[in-house]
Amino acid sequence: MKHLKYLFALVAASTMLVQCTSQDGTSGDTGALSNEEAALAAYVPPGEHDTYYEFFSGGFSGQVSVVGLPSGRLFRRIPVFSVDAEKGYGFNEETKPMLETSYGFVPWDDSHHPKLSQTNGEIDGRWLFINANNTPRIARIDLTTFETVEIIEVPNSAGNHSSPYLTMNTEYVVAGTRFSVPVPQKDVPISTYKENFQGMLSFISVQPEDGDMDVAFQVLVPGFDYDLASSGKGPSHGWTFFTTYNTEKAHTMKEANASQNDKDFIAAVNWKKAEEYLAAGEFETWDAEYRDNEYDHHTQNTVSNVRNEVRVLDASKLPGLVYFLPTPKSPHGVDVDNTGKYIVGAGKLNADLTVHSYEKMMAAIEAEDFVDEINGIPVLNFESITHGTMKSGGLGPLHTEFDGRGNGYTSFFISSEVVKWNVEDLTVVDRIPTYYSIGHLSIPGGGSMKPWGKYLVAMNKITKDRYLPTGPELAHSAQLYDISGEKMKLILDFPTDGEPHYAQGCAAEVIAPNSKKILPLAENHHEYVVKNENDVKVVRDGNEVHVYMTSIRSHFAPDNIEGIYVGDKVYWHVTNLEQDWDTPHGFAIIGANTAESLIMPGGTRTVVWEPKKVGVFPFYCTDFCSALHQEMQGYVRVSPRGSNVELKWSLGED
Amino acid sequence: MNFRSILGLSVMSMLMLSCGDSPERKTKEDAPAAPPAEEQAATPNLGIGPITSITLGDIDDALVATGEAEFTTLCTACHKMDKRHVGPPLAGIMERRTPEWIMNMMLNPDQMVKEDPDAKALLAEYLAPMSDQSLTEDQARAILEYLRTK
Repeated sequence: MKHLKYLFALVAASTMLVQCTSQDGTSGDTGALSNEEAALAAYVPPGEHDTYYEFFSGGFSGQVSVVGLPSGRLFRRIPVFSVDAEKGYGFNEETKPMLETSYGFVPWDDSHHPKLSQTNGEIDGRWLFINANNTPRIARIDLTTFETVEIIEVPNSAGNHSSPYLTMNTEYVVAGTRFSVPVPQKDVPISTYKENFQGMLSFISVQPEDGDMDVAFQVLVPGFDYDLASSGKGPSHGWTFFTTYNTEKAHTMKEANASQNDKDFIAAVNWKKAEEYLAAGEFETWDAEYRDNEYDHHTQNTVSNVRNEVRVLDASKLPGLVYFLPTPKSPHGVDVDNTGKYIVGAGKLNADLTVHSYEKMMAAIEAEDFVDEINGIPVLNFESITHGTMKSGGLGPLHTEFDGRGNGYTSFFISSEVVKWNVEDLTVVDRIPTYYSIGHLSIPGGGSMKPWGKYLVAMNKITKDRYLPTGPELAHSAQLYDISGEKMKLILDFPTDGEPHYAQGCAAEVIAPNSKKILPLAENHHEYVVKNENDVKVVRDGNEVHVYMTSIRSHFAPDNIEGIYVGDKVYWHVTNLEQDWDTPHGFAIIGANTAESLIMPGGTRTVVWEPKKVGVFPFYCTDFCSALHQEMQGYVRVSPRGSNVELKWSLGED
Repeated sequence: MNFRSILGLSVMSMLMLSCGDSPERKTKEDAPAAPPAEEQAATPNLGIGPITSITLGDIDDALVATGEAEFTTLCTACHKMDKRHVGPPLAGIMERRTPEWIMNMMLNPDQMVKEDPDAKALLAEYLAPMSDQSLTEDQARAILEYLRTK
């Protein structure tokens, strides 16, 4: 009832406002909306919740940011591929193994495409997957804790860009190599690209019960650049589509040399066929070193597993596994529409979109309507497979999302606009500018069979004058459009974190009810957990010292420690005994060469500290926890190496 | 945003306020009100929360043991029996409070320290608000049994 009354008040208010401001005309930026109408459309009253989660990739930040729609408010930044000193991610003992790779500890990456897990083609809100572009990896984020719980490295790959673009029941997340390289790696002249370089399309299985990822198989393909991907759904379930460029196989000055051909390809991979070949033993087992790092909620620790082999299917030798769909012109995005019937290729050096028909593709395969063959892979007849060309009038199409009502929305980088078009009859319905040079765009549920066609977010590459200047470096801008009507309407403009390359969202109710408030102490089986203050202790083992410590509002136990020597390696294992929502404690100690740790209620985290100076040093809680937070501190006495100060610890003793 | 739009938004917010549904009022309406102070004096204070009535029988030793284990994990960081620590000493608490009040303080501390007169007085004295340790009613009942022996 209260909400109804409230809504009524809002409607009444907006009606009045429209009347008040009608003489003023409308702002040119917002399409049909006045500023006041736009503000109301994006307005979430204080204390009320947004209706959508939207997960933005951080691009060169390596992270994911969680934003509410329609407000554009940032809720959380989830550390994924880059260390985060704020939370201790990648610095504390429990999370350091998450960033181990076959190249050693890698503290940074370039995170690109967040994709939410699906069941039956619908977002199920269990996990978020995202790819690392630089050192090829895929991460899985658990959406009950919003923490990174697994990172798997992708062997035989380089520039993991066409990823993770999962299948409609999350059978697989995929990983296509953007940069072809010698596979397996070997020492050859770069000029031997055409002979020695190949591509690899990896299919990483996801266990339905717990999300555990493994490299199920890899498909060896010609040495093109595999740019983006989209998995089939509904009728096209069982296929994954990858765009290619550099079918010229240039190895230098690609800006010009990889743009020669009128048409490149969309590679269609029949992964159900691949499963048949695997079952029939038609694979090769290759040596390959890669890591699979997994976090265990019970031990609260990450284990970095070394993997040593991978199953490879050679597309040149296995008929029916891969087909090439000719597509103009250096296509960037490929997007299968929500019905699963159409495959939209965005030739980024073109003005138009190419829409292939899945049904026609299958008919051409059946009729062997091929125009060529490359490395044993058939090239289908362009005329036979296309549903048609969408003449946009824009320039530089990149990506397409769908509203579930028969419309596609395509970003145009060069002409800085979103074009709405009808997928069946290929006519333009509406167009609206972005500010400036849009890359990806996102409709919550985009890529699934059930998009929520209410809002569209444009993620722009250029910001320039949109906000107050902050020196040469600017936040990347995003715009939010209401797409519930015939015309798109700009309702909000907000800065983003890092450089988002894609974002995916879903209705809040898919995720919010499952969000954990605490980590139950009873389920904490950390090797160094201590669950009550009677059991706290300090244990010396040679030069290593383990402090079994607890924190609760507002003290540490123990808070006085003596008998530590210069040159020791001290492990502070801090368990937060709180069992209430939003009661983290932090731990920091002077001179630590790592970072603080933020410890969630019921959790344990370990900070390593190697004292270098004699004296008495404070440690304290870094997260304002109560009225007596400033008192949440303690001391550790560090004595010269070789002295005989006894190891002891206490709390509340005089 | 231009000056006129700011004016427009202010008008809007005034309108919204005038419909009389500020978040503050909502909170108060949603929460059960504490009984007035006069009533407190006359009737034992049961506190505010899920426990409205409890009948205590003979001490149940098994339940005491369960309660002691829970107490050690979840409560000892702040409470000692015989001296002030972060919170008040708990020996003899059954003589000072009703069992319902004690359980409500364990199960619903956030509202208790805001609205219950006795809990408010304790907060004023100790400054650290009682933590919500997300206990189940069974856990709180076991801890109560343990406290009966102290």
